Amino acid sequence: MIEFQNLKKVYESGGQQVHALNGIDLKINKGEIFGVIGFSGAGKSSLIRCVNLLERPTSGKVIVDGHELTSLSVKEVREIKKNIGMVFQHFNLLNSKTVFANVAMPLTLAKLPKEQIKKRVLELLEFVGLEDKADNYPDQLSGGQKQRIGIARALATQPSILLCDEATSALDPQTTSSILQLLKKINKEYNITILIITHEMSVIREICDKVAVIEGGEIIEEGSVFDVFSSPKTQTAKNFVSTVMNDQLPDSINELIQKHKGKQKIFRINFVGNSAGQPLLSELAKKFDIDINVLFGNITELQGTPFGNLIVEFQGTDEEIKKVLAYVNEKNISIKEVIAHAS
Amino acid sequence: MLVNSEQIIEAIIETIQMVSFSLLFSAILGIPLGILLVVTRKGHLLENVVIFNVLNGIINIFRSVPFIILLVAMIPVTRFIVGSSIGTAAAVVPLVFYAGPYIARLVENSLLEVDPGVLEAAEAMGATPWQVISKFLLPEALSSLVLALTIATIGLVGASAMAGAVGGGGIGDLAITYGYQRFDTITMFITVAILIVIVQGLQSLGNILAKKIRRR
Repeated sequence: MIEFQNLKKVYESGGQQVHALNGIDLKINKGEIFGVIGFSGAGKSSLIRCVNLLERPTSGKVIVDGHELTSLSVKEVREIKKNIGMVFQHFNLLNSKTVFANVAMPLTLAKLPKEQIKKRVLELLEFVGLEDKADNYPDQLSGGQKQRIGIARALATQPSILLCDEATSALDPQTTSSILQLLKKINKEYNITILIITHEMSVIREICDKVAVIEGGEIIEEGSVFDVFSSPKTQTAKNFVSTVMNDQLPDSINELIQKHKGKQKIFRINFVGNSAGQPLLSELAKKFDIDINVLFGNITELQGTPFGNLIVEFQGTDEEIKKVLAYVNEKNISIKEVIAHAS
Repeated sequence: MLVNSEQIIEAIIETIQMVSFSLLFSAILGIPLGILLVVTRKGHLLENVVIFNVLNGIINIFRSVPFIILLVAMIPVTRFIVGSSIGTAAAVVPLVFYAGPYIARLVENSLLEVDPGVLEAAEAMGATPWQVISKFLLPEALSSLVLALTIATIGLVGASAMAGAVGGGGIGDLAITYGYQRFDTITMFITVAILIVIVQGLQSLGNILAKKIRRR
């Protein structure tokens, strides 16, 4: 478990004070995959570095598994760090050492017996699928392979927490996806709490359980990934959501609506969770005397639950359409008329 | 030609002695100083403004004195340490005061080139400062350190020629006493040629070694 209490970090830079973190309160439960998303400079890097005191907070508390870190001695913090693995954007492997030696490093530092180290390292390399690369050097590996080694290294001491600092930001989309699947597997198999910071909403969508949006050193929105994606409250969160889920009306549709102002009945139906599984449109077409024209749609899956929206045109008498709306509302599905330029 | 081959061989041996001993002692002095210069600077492992500024100042002072002046100014110190100010052993003392601070700067440069991300990873693993230096900083910089020491060694070969002029012996001594003061052009050419061969050899050796460490 990780908990931040009124966490503040102020940098002095050229006589000016920069407030990187402005009173963060956040709780990350054991076994969760928690994502923190923000633009660069939002403070997410400082936040993750406070979890293992790579950066010391100016004030406030960081509680990791019941220990308040800032009150511990340097030696005690070193011990706690062995329980916190960290994966970096640029991998940060030692180029002068083999893959084996890189993964073994945390165990070497802990002065474990050689035999034990060897066994553990081979086990880890197999887990990340690179057992054949033990004697290679990092510069002989691809980005994705390097990150797998970085992950194996972070897991060497069997930590209960894994910190991912933009772990996929330097990778292409396909590699990103495979690394994310690996993180998910780690979370499932070892019940490790994973804290991810990223600026990519797709990362959050793909593996996180919960998400917090950070801006100006503050958490401006927080909740389950499903809630934040289906109903983002702040503009920043909305912007992030729209980077992966296009719910803006395409220009062509907007034009169409403008041209036929008032003549057409165009609606946006939001599908959330169970409602997405219902054959709503065909039901409407059968039950009522209307024709349905699907103009635009976007359905995706979040945390195993379908989610999305459809833009449809109903062709029929006003009366019939009113009945349709009443029927849809009864089913607790959100439906709204679309006006030109509205989105 | 006023010198015979025995004299030349003896001079080469003297030069090798001067360079290797002064390299040994100046490395013993310069490498830890270089490490300290890196780890005590602001935002680094063992940040300590006082140690950094004092070291930085002292090294700059030694680095700004021309070697020929250092050579003479060091005579009392040399007498104190070696018991004499003449001879190959005596030449080592000013050479160490010349090359030690130089190596400190070169080591500092090499270590600063190490990716800060690697050191951050070390800290995230809970490495002690000594472990960060010995298991991360030095191994990552090793190839570049070898090149730095090569530069220092070549600098020492040059400086040892000057040291020779004040009674240290060696190839430089030969060149000045015979080649310059007695207008023996052939000796001058031979000694310069020998110096060129030595420098070329050292640089190639350093390059090969650094390449081997980097394995590419």
